[in-house]
Amino acid sequence: MNNLSSPRSPSLETIVTILVWAIAIGVSLIFAWIVGDIAWRGIGELSWQFLINYPENAGREGRIAPILVSTALILAVCMVVAFPLGIGTALWLSELTASASKLGRLVGRSLDILAGVPSIVFGLFGNAFFAKTLGLGFSILSGGLTLACMVLPILIRSTEAGLRSVPLDYRLAAAALGYSRTTTLFQLLLPSSAPSLLAGFALGLGRAIGETAALIFTSGYVDRMPRSLFDSGRSLSVHIYDLATNVAGGDAKAYTSALVLLMLVVFLDLGAILILRKWLQGET
Amino acid sequence: MDSMQSNLPTIETQNLSLFYDRTLAFTDVSLPIPAGCITALVGPSGCGKSSFLSCLNRLSDIVPKTRVTGQVYIDETDIFDAAIDLIALRRRVGTIFQKPTPFPFSIWKNLAFPLREHGVKNRDRIDAAIETTLKDVGLWQEVSDRLHRSALSLSGGQQQRLCIARALVLQPQALLLDEPCSALDPISSGVVEDLIASLRGRYTIVIVTHNLAQARRIADFVALFWVRDGAGRLVEYGRMQDIFENPQDELTKSYINGIRG
Repeated sequence: MNNLSSPRSPSLETIVTILVWAIAIGVSLIFAWIVGDIAWRGIGELSWQFLINYPENAGREGRIAPILVSTALILAVCMVVAFPLGIGTALWLSELTASASKLGRLVGRSLDILAGVPSIVFGLFGNAFFAKTLGLGFSILSGGLTLACMVLPILIRSTEAGLRSVPLDYRLAAAALGYSRTTTLFQLLLPSSAPSLLAGFALGLGRAIGETAALIFTSGYVDRMPRSLFDSGRSLSVHIYDLATNVAGGDAKAYTSALVLLMLVVFLDLGAILILRKWLQGET
Repeated sequence: MDSMQSNLPTIETQNLSLFYDRTLAFTDVSLPIPAGCITALVGPSGCGKSSFLSCLNRLSDIVPKTRVTGQVYIDETDIFDAAIDLIALRRRVGTIFQKPTPFPFSIWKNLAFPLREHGVKNRDRIDAAIETTLKDVGLWQEVSDRLHRSALSLSGGQQQRLCIARALVLQPQALLLDEPCSALDPISSGVVEDLIASLRGRYTIVIVTHNLAQARRIADFVALFWVRDGAGRLVEYGRMQDIFENPQDELTKSYINGIRG
């Protein structure tokens, strides 16, 4: 770089442009490769039967119906608990506390640290607290609650960021129209920050659905059909982990399960977008 | 012009001052604002006009660390009294801001939302009120076929008229306008100005403006603010003709002649 006198020389511009494009294309290719590989190896076994029948011979044979049900229940527990708590905390952080206040800063920092804690730590905590102390045992409830703890920081921080980005003008205009604080919060500020709410929901859901470590200690890996939330249940990600590492000859089914997991993430995110949009905007 | 409108309020401030933290924004302003007239607050930037305006329906409360001393009377009521119903006050005294602030909803919902908040639930009544108000601000012809499109798709001038409609739909008695035309292009600005002039006699109106020509065109009364000793003060107040043709204060004279400010 001895050519500092003309930093905008055409050659440098070209190199930077090519580099940026190459990086973007490279990253997209890696992603496409992963998805393509899973789809290629998994699609052979994928069928309606695969989704609605029971696993046999430790998962080498047979299907994933109970595992899908367990996954759905764990996710449902997680989101039903995390979503209201997350929105509530975010509202408190952004609207009811001065961001400079000691308590507000303490809570914010703690959340950032929690968001970075490895999931296995959440798993051990969930095992100690939900499974043992609260006596929930290895159960879907324990697993869902542990996941809720894990996704809360993500959900809270992105909702809070969304709320903070709502212009002050809206709050002033709302006050000028004589809106109560509750109306302003729930009918103006939350709908206005819907995109970040969605992003937080999708990120949290993604983290929850892909979680393995935290669930092995809390919801366990029994592959029977759960009869209640107090039963142990095996999530899809745990199933994939088990097939890929503990079961010789389980690879093909592991790939198919991974494909199902990917599709599930996409469907859930799309569904969340649709539902949230309906709920937040109501009639236009 | 200054015949008292029976149900419209007079606003009067006495020795009103406002501090932001420790900075004095304006001080010792005693100003009578007659019912049903348009009173323009003029003066250079930073002389406390907008801060003064925000005290008249206590929007000043929203900004952290503000402190107000003195009194604001609307008719006989001191609005800084602890027992005052803030929501009722702001419903009675609406505000229009410099930057149009439609909410990110449809045009229809922007107007239905305040109605519902204040207890109007009947769909037919809401529709009727929306149509009347949009006709009032001259938007009906332009938007009647797209009421359910986003308000953000409107032009700047249309957005500002929608915001005025949003304030009017609550049937306030007074309107505070904080430089409502200064963020608009000249044509939209003219339309909004005509709209404001057409509201004379139906509301008690206070308008902050940088635009002396505008004040001359629409105001019945004019108040000149100026910074002296580090704080905004009221320099002169009177009928529009008196201020423009026969100002008493030297500062007013040079300001309206374009020598100062």
